Amino acid sequence: MSSFMPTVIQLTYLVASSLFFVGLKQLGSPATARKGNLVASIGMLLAVVATLLDKHILNYQMILLAIAIGTVIGIVSAYKVAMTEMPQMVGLLNGLGGAASAMVAVGEFWRYFATFDNPPLDTTITALLGVLIGGVTLTGSFVAFAKLQGIMTGSPILFPFQQVVNALLLGGFLVGSVYICLQPSNIPIFLALVGISLVLGVMFVIPIGGGDMPVVISLLNAFSGLAASAAGFVVMNNMLIIAGALVGASGIILTVIMCKAMNRSLANVLFAGFGSGEGGTAAAASGSVGDQTIHSIDPEESAMMLGYARSVVIVPGYGMAVAQAQHAVRELADQLERLGVEVKYAIHPVAGRMPGHMNVLLAEANVPYEVLYDMDDINPMFDQTDVALVIGANDVVNPAARENPSSPIYGMPILDVDKAGHTIVIKRSMNTGFAGIENDLFYKDRTMMLFGSAKDVVAKLVSEVKQL
Amino acid sequence: MSEILISALFVFVLASFAGFEVINKVPPTLHTPLMSGSNAISGISVLGALIIAGDKDWSVTVILGLIAIILATVNVVGGFLVTDRMLQMFKKKEDAKA
Repeated sequence: MSSFMPTVIQLTYLVASSLFFVGLKQLGSPATARKGNLVASIGMLLAVVATLLDKHILNYQMILLAIAIGTVIGIVSAYKVAMTEMPQMVGLLNGLGGAASAMVAVGEFWRYFATFDNPPLDTTITALLGVLIGGVTLTGSFVAFAKLQGIMTGSPILFPFQQVVNALLLGGFLVGSVYICLQPSNIPIFLALVGISLVLGVMFVIPIGGGDMPVVISLLNAFSGLAASAAGFVVMNNMLIIAGALVGASGIILTVIMCKAMNRSLANVLFAGFGSGEGGTAAAASGSVGDQTIHSIDPEESAMMLGYARSVVIVPGYGMAVAQAQHAVRELADQLERLGVEVKYAIHPVAGRMPGHMNVLLAEANVPYEVLYDMDDINPMFDQTDVALVIGANDVVNPAARENPSSPIYGMPILDVDKAGHTIVIKRSMNTGFAGIENDLFYKDRTMMLFGSAKDVVAKLVSEVKQL
Repeated sequence: MSEILISALFVFVLASFAGFEVINKVPPTLHTPLMSGSNAISGISVLGALIIAGDKDWSVTVILGLIAIILATVNVVGGFLVTDRMLQMFKKKEDAKA
């Protein structure tokens, strides 16, 4: 009879793990995604309830209080966050998950300090791993949050001997870890290792530019999963190991997709300090060679071009989201469709600040997902497109990525808007984009620049098109 | 290495492979919800937190465990709810017109 409860718990974990797999599978298709999320959350609920049945858990009041506090904070933040702030939200939640995993590792290890026992070598090693991954996830996510929120500069922070300092920190962690494995009761060294992990997280994210945030957020997501797995090894709980591995796998897949979309290796994103002055100014200098002229256009004329076109492709960038222009854009598309214009949206994989961010922002404005086209699907269609309307996008439509081998973004897959009959670019000014690179598209003969803030300009377009 | 650790490693490696297979073909439209949903699952560390916070007597371990429960619960609840909020916005063409 004594083995009854543990068996129930383990079997419930088995069910819960299966629900995670089923849920994630369903999250992969638009039709079943919402159900998938529900299935995964039921798996989580089962896992938590099963764990509470453990006979070692006696501290119910405090535990339930802690769960209640966490639930309230979770509900409030989930409903208050704006869709533009989704990357920060995910970043912050990643950080909390990482922190929780690290605390589990530290807490388990501390149990041995308290009883003056020496922990087994397995526990020591996995606890150190949990502290390292969890700590890096925690502070790395907070720095990413600060960059996305604008609390901290979005450009890379570089200083002399940065790599040397990082190598020393990592080396220090390794030496300290070996020491702890031999002398597990040395509390100051253990705490120093916790400190080094936290510093490493900061050092890891500060040299990465704001434009590379989709990669960083994906990678930190993978880390938060691996941290949970590591914590699972510490307390020897299969449920943690499985769920953590799942999250690790999805984070790594998204990281790889994001790197491909920018034609950069992960190492290049992490260590190159991309978008820090040097590369940008060199490119700007080469871009301004020759006296190139730009053609500007007013809203009235733009409205005529759009209204009498057969097909229009809208290319939204983060600038559109910042200006909160997505609702106005949708209205414009409605008006154009009323005139019989075929309207599509072209979404670059790194549009926005996290993978798939632009799709969410457009969905919020009630744009149906069938008219959103991925880069590979829409690029062959630009030839037959009358007007491409670029709203607040820059680097992802820069033909230099295709044509100019000396450009820092050369080789990055872009949306071929310059192949459309005409291109209208809505832009606040001639400033360069996140990567700090001059855009040749703006100087092409068939490109018209429509200057102004995205929201005002699109609103004017809507009222002009209404009169057609 | 102990046998328990070896079998835990088996679980980890196989679950990773299964994860890669399950998630590999997700369309870009769903990347953000996939990330926030999987992010909520990473709050599974709440289980570890529950286990270490279980002692009746106060100790450093119990306090760390209770704080970890709060943080992980925020991660779980916030993650699943925000994912649901996003997914309910994804509509088909007919639904959006209605």
